[in-house]
Amino acid sequence: MNADTLSRNLGLLTPEIILAGGAMALLMLGVFMKEERAGRLVYFLTIALLVVSAVAALFWTAGEGQAFNGAFILDSLSKFSKVAISLVAAVALIMALPYLESEKLLKIEYPILALLAVTGMMMMVSANDLVAMYMGIELQSLALYVLAAFNRDSLRASEAGLKYFVLGALSSGLLLYGSSLVYGFTGSTGFNEIAIALQDGPNVGLVFGLVFVICGLAFKVSAAPFHMWTPDVYEGAPTPVTAFFATAPKFAAIILLGRVLMEPFGGIVDQWQDIVWMLAFLSMGVGAFGALTQTNIKRLLAYSSIGNMGYALVAVAAASQTGLWALLVFMVLYMIGVIGSFGAVLSMRTREGMVENIDDLAGLAQRNPGLGWSITALMFSIGGLPFMVGFFGKFFVIFAAVESGLIWLAIAAVLFSVVSAAYYLRVVKVVWFDTSEIEFVPTAMSIYWVTRMAGLATVLLLPVLGWLVFRAYSVGLATL
Amino acid sequence: MIEVGLGHYLAVAAILFTIGVFGIFVNRKNVIIILMSVELILLSVNINLVAFSAFLGDLVGQVFALFVLTVAAAEAAVGLAILVVYFRNRGDISVEGVNMMKG
Repeated sequence: MNADTLSRNLGLLTPEIILAGGAMALLMLGVFMKEERAGRLVYFLTIALLVVSAVAALFWTAGEGQAFNGAFILDSLSKFSKVAISLVAAVALIMALPYLESEKLLKIEYPILALLAVTGMMMMVSANDLVAMYMGIELQSLALYVLAAFNRDSLRASEAGLKYFVLGALSSGLLLYGSSLVYGFTGSTGFNEIAIALQDGPNVGLVFGLVFVICGLAFKVSAAPFHMWTPDVYEGAPTPVTAFFATAPKFAAIILLGRVLMEPFGGIVDQWQDIVWMLAFLSMGVGAFGALTQTNIKRLLAYSSIGNMGYALVAVAAASQTGLWALLVFMVLYMIGVIGSFGAVLSMRTREGMVENIDDLAGLAQRNPGLGWSITALMFSIGGLPFMVGFFGKFFVIFAAVESGLIWLAIAAVLFSVVSAAYYLRVVKVVWFDTSEIEFVPTAMSIYWVTRMAGLATVLLLPVLGWLVFRAYSVGLATL
Repeated sequence: MIEVGLGHYLAVAAILFTIGVFGIFVNRKNVIIILMSVELILLSVNINLVAFSAFLGDLVGQVFALFVLTVAAAEAAVGLAILVVYFRNRGDISVEGVNMMKG
């Protein structure tokens, strides 16, 4: 490898280099400055770095292509994902600041860990080799385990961190065992070489390995039956951390799953399609029925995310270009809805402190119409009820499933969507028609704006959706 | 004498992997045992990788094994740190005690 190829290869990694270098520089800054002054400075610099890396991913990378002997790939799919991940992480950080300050959790480690997790996610969406994939996943996961237990004086947070760590480590182990079998039976770790080796058809050892890889990744996207950590971690972790967990890592993991299944294993669709649609079916079921009895809004959103990941897996199971663009549109719209919903959860602060029960939202529409309207729009959107943008996300997913001949899965998706509408509508009913004496204190500017903007976006994006569909369609076309 | 071939190594790795997974789910006593089981899983993968690497005459497997060792060390460090935080709040580390949240 000479200097020219090296600089070309590094040029493709511009966003990752910005984030990794920035994280180390900020760590130094945090060590050498006084704690109380460093906190806010490092925080704002982190947000700036995330925005810069999004811009870099969009404009500054040296074209598209593969780097480091095909271990790393930069294509339209990974560019789109990097921009989405950086921006949603930046919004999650902006929203977290008031919470961290009021709970006295503002330490320099929080933004830096988030930054490292985002670096890992960018590696995940660009991985084109089993080793690169594993390193990306671990960089992301190790940072997230610590974030889950970030409120270290809280028993619930440390328990959430412990559960997340144990199940996350198990899933990494499953993924790794699968990777080792895939390596052994194809003779290579690169996705390009695996795809070539599979042209002669699959063998038993390889399919065995593939199943382990899918199970490991299903843990990361919290698809049923590997979902059991999700509600506990969502409930126990500090709310802004949960907001982060529900968006960027899910997006990165589902894109990675899509790439792994479509690219190296695209030749043996019939071997994995059944597994993926089973996962999708079970996730939609668990998401729809599990949430019906919940009283805590964070647990409700956890089950909602399991269900929505089921819909994302429907798009993956379609195994087509249409499925891929449906996945991108669905996930982007879902992330907008979720980040806004967690903004609403962060607004639930009374004089005594944060509250998390759905009943605490009672009568919100009368006392705080702005927040009431926002929650209504956001619940409609993530529930996929007509006619917010989330409806079109689900619509495209189901369209992709029908196009690929998965008629039964599409029917099941619609039926589960009807069941899950019950609990989204219950939240809306509590907001508009119940009464209570609970008074929320005014929220900080950043949370206020994130919630209102996300709520508005569920309506205002409707015309933009046409353009977004077009954009996602061209991205999907370029990938396959 | 039996010839020790690839199949034998894969069998050992599969047994260690199974022991590791069972160690996580069957054990009801101590979280430390879970950490040990996680290490066992990762090491069984290393046996797989090195065996395949020798069998295929390809170095990538051994490089992968080195990466796995490094990550396993980092993972153990993070896991133990979280366990210490948990112990400070809870006062014990039995698996049955990890039940604050249910539903």
